[in-house]
Amino acid sequence: MTQLKSREAILVGAILLLLALVASRFPGFVTPSNLLAVFTDTAPLIILALGQMVVILTRSIDLSVAANLALTGMVCALINVSFPGVPVPVLVALALGLGALMGAINGFLVWKLTIPPIVVTLGTMTIFRGIIFLLTDGSWVNSHQMSAAFKAFPRETIFGLPILGWIAVIVTLILGLVMSRTTLGRAFFAVGGNPHAAVYTGINVGRTQFLSFVISGMLAGLTGYLWVARYAVAFVDIAGGFELDVVAACVIGGVSIAGGIATVGGAVLGALFLGIIKNALPVIDVSPFWQLAISGAAIIIAVTFNSRAGRSKGRVILKSAEHAQ
Amino acid sequence: MGHEQTHAAPVLALDGITKTFPGVKALDGVTLELYPGQVTALIGENGAGKSTVVKTLTGIYQPDGGRILVDGQEVRFPTAQDASAAGVTAIHQETVLFDELSVAENIFLGHAPKGRLGLIDRNAMRVKAQDILDGIGAEIDAAVRLKDLGIASRHLVAIARALSVEARVVIMDEPTAALSRKEIEELYELVEKLKAQGKAILFISHKFDEIFRIADRYTVFRDGQYIGAGEMADITEADLVKMMVGRSVDQIFPKRAAQIGEDVLIVAGYSHPTEFEDIHFTLRRGEILGFYGLVGAGRSEFMQSLIGVTRPSKGAIRLNDKVQVIRSPADAIAAGIVYVPEDRGKQGAILDMPIFQNVTLPSLPRLSKNGFTQMAEEFALTRRYTERLDLRAASLDTTVGSLSGGNQQKVVIAKWLATQPTVIILDEPTKGIDIGSKAAVHDFMSELASEGLSVIMVSSEIPEILGMSDRVIVMREGRMVAELEGDELTPETLVRHAAGISSKGEAA
Repeated sequence: MTQLKSREAILVGAILLLLALVASRFPGFVTPSNLLAVFTDTAPLIILALGQMVVILTRSIDLSVAANLALTGMVCALINVSFPGVPVPVLVALALGLGALMGAINGFLVWKLTIPPIVVTLGTMTIFRGIIFLLTDGSWVNSHQMSAAFKAFPRETIFGLPILGWIAVIVTLILGLVMSRTTLGRAFFAVGGNPHAAVYTGINVGRTQFLSFVISGMLAGLTGYLWVARYAVAFVDIAGGFELDVVAACVIGGVSIAGGIATVGGAVLGALFLGIIKNALPVIDVSPFWQLAISGAAIIIAVTFNSRAGRSKGRVILKSAEHAQ
Repeated sequence: MGHEQTHAAPVLALDGITKTFPGVKALDGVTLELYPGQVTALIGENGAGKSTVVKTLTGIYQPDGGRILVDGQEVRFPTAQDASAAGVTAIHQETVLFDELSVAENIFLGHAPKGRLGLIDRNAMRVKAQDILDGIGAEIDAAVRLKDLGIASRHLVAIARALSVEARVVIMDEPTAALSRKEIEELYELVEKLKAQGKAILFISHKFDEIFRIADRYTVFRDGQYIGAGEMADITEADLVKMMVGRSVDQIFPKRAAQIGEDVLIVAGYSHPTEFEDIHFTLRRGEILGFYGLVGAGRSEFMQSLIGVTRPSKGAIRLNDKVQVIRSPADAIAAGIVYVPEDRGKQGAILDMPIFQNVTLPSLPRLSKNGFTQMAEEFALTRRYTERLDLRAASLDTTVGSLSGGNQQKVVIAKWLATQPTVIILDEPTKGIDIGSKAAVHDFMSELASEGLSVIMVSSEIPEILGMSDRVIVMREGRMVAELEGDELTPETLVRHAAGISSKGEAA
């Protein structure tokens, strides 16, 4: 735990350093209003990273989140086009439900058919995108087809922060509560930390992983509506490849790919770090190639930290194994 | 006994070999001689030092003292390759083979015949592998992939691999453990062939019938010490059992006379399609019931079924006069039956979690309200049980991974006691821990029983079973073969029942 906290401190330090570097070239970037804009822009990544964190924590991975987002977003857009009168809260509830259903499909395949999560979600990722194509024949839903209320919801500001940003804050708080104060959160850590031991303590490992996929899917669905409404466009390929950013945010945030180690704070900081790089580097004239290289380097550095921590633990285990001879 | 026989000189000998691990003297000046064309059985209980000898002979462990002699010359085996080059090869309990490679590749992995440019000559390899397989009478095609073979054929591949390095000494560690009766017969024939070729064979087995069937000589170890050796023809089973277990059981086992009360757990007709059949017993309040048997007798499998990790095909249990249906470990915990697994490293604690979260994990359904955990109650419960077990930690918030091995064990035990069980099942409670910790665990078990808890103890260590149990059930090949109490509890009867020897001392 102490190690994790120090890793979060390192991440905060890295973010501050990054901001200082950018500010030295372009002071306008660190004004409060711009920082709020960057935060809002990163909100979808934060929400998805929190869902992904739970999945990775339980030794799985969900590659279908971006496809889930696109399909849910498209369904919301189509409903809005056909029935403009459906109020936004109903759409949000629908997005949460549809996303959760897609997550449940992933979770069910992992739980009951014990297919490796990476295979399941690679498959459903393609299927979800394919369904969008079947629904639309590849055509777009554009801004002028959407109702004003539909588009306005994520942009409406409360105390200077758009609702999209507030939703990221609320999801962070809820996940923080779930992970630290509920038996479900405890089960996620136990299953990821040592599934063999978790079984004996009465935890249903498969069901716990199933629920992690439901959470991830539900948050992807929510983000789907917010994304389509904010950018005021829906088509087959929105958020293409975004699942990799989501996984990267988790890894940078100290979520162990081997499972068992994760913090809500880490996942949020990991997403913010990536979000700031994406927003800041173009402003200070860093070429797109270097943006990718810097994001990539951050991932490798983060994984190196993780594997270092894992290695020192391995030595202790070996010693006890020899002792047992 | 029998040292001055008219044998040829031993091919391989151990002279006064000592090997110490922290807290444990695994080998204490042992002697072992292997002769060409002879099968020597190495006999001893679990923990006698057999596996350590195998690892010393194959270069995996370096002895702390003593000499290894090959043809009378002192040698050292700093690595496994050195042992192999000297002609010593082992077929392990769980032989390491590669599923996705062909039989020939498995046989020659690491020493494949090379052709031009130093590339592997695949044809030569296959032909040679087929020669070896035919030589041992194995009807296996060297070109097929290993994963298409059954377990017995895999064993033959392992043996072929051992022979491919021109072995002079073949070590077989429990070779028949996973084989059917017919496959065992085939293995015996193979051993005869190897003997005829003049190989020296070290045969490790718990089964007396097979030792008497194929061994020419025996060597007995006990607690890491050499006890005796000789010709099989000169010894009876009864004497061999006596040599093997003949320590006095008056070691300090702090078993207190507990008040044994009413029936608590009644198990009837528990069966599983493949692991065990018709297990039935009654466990009383304050009683310690021992489960003895050889490794693989089905004891752990039965316990896992009792607590709902696997489902039995038949059978019923009554706990405190109520019929219980246990479908999952959560049901078992709620009913008051808990299981402390054998592999406490892998199945015990969650190392990345803080102490208090580990301790309260199985008790969370009781401790939480509407799915929310209650911090204060969690800490109170943890404090109560860690204090009782004298667990030393800076804070209950530190991760279990940062504790010493002994304290990690205490966390695991505290976790189960905190569920306030009626029945606690301890699987090999003292395996791999030093003498001092053993005494502490035994003392603690005794205390639990005297407080009215019913204990089931699975153990493969005879002194522990005899010293701690009020009653002992012996299992063999998935069945209960004996239920022993009082004067019937002797090392000899335990070994007889577990190994399948009738009371007259004949192999069953």
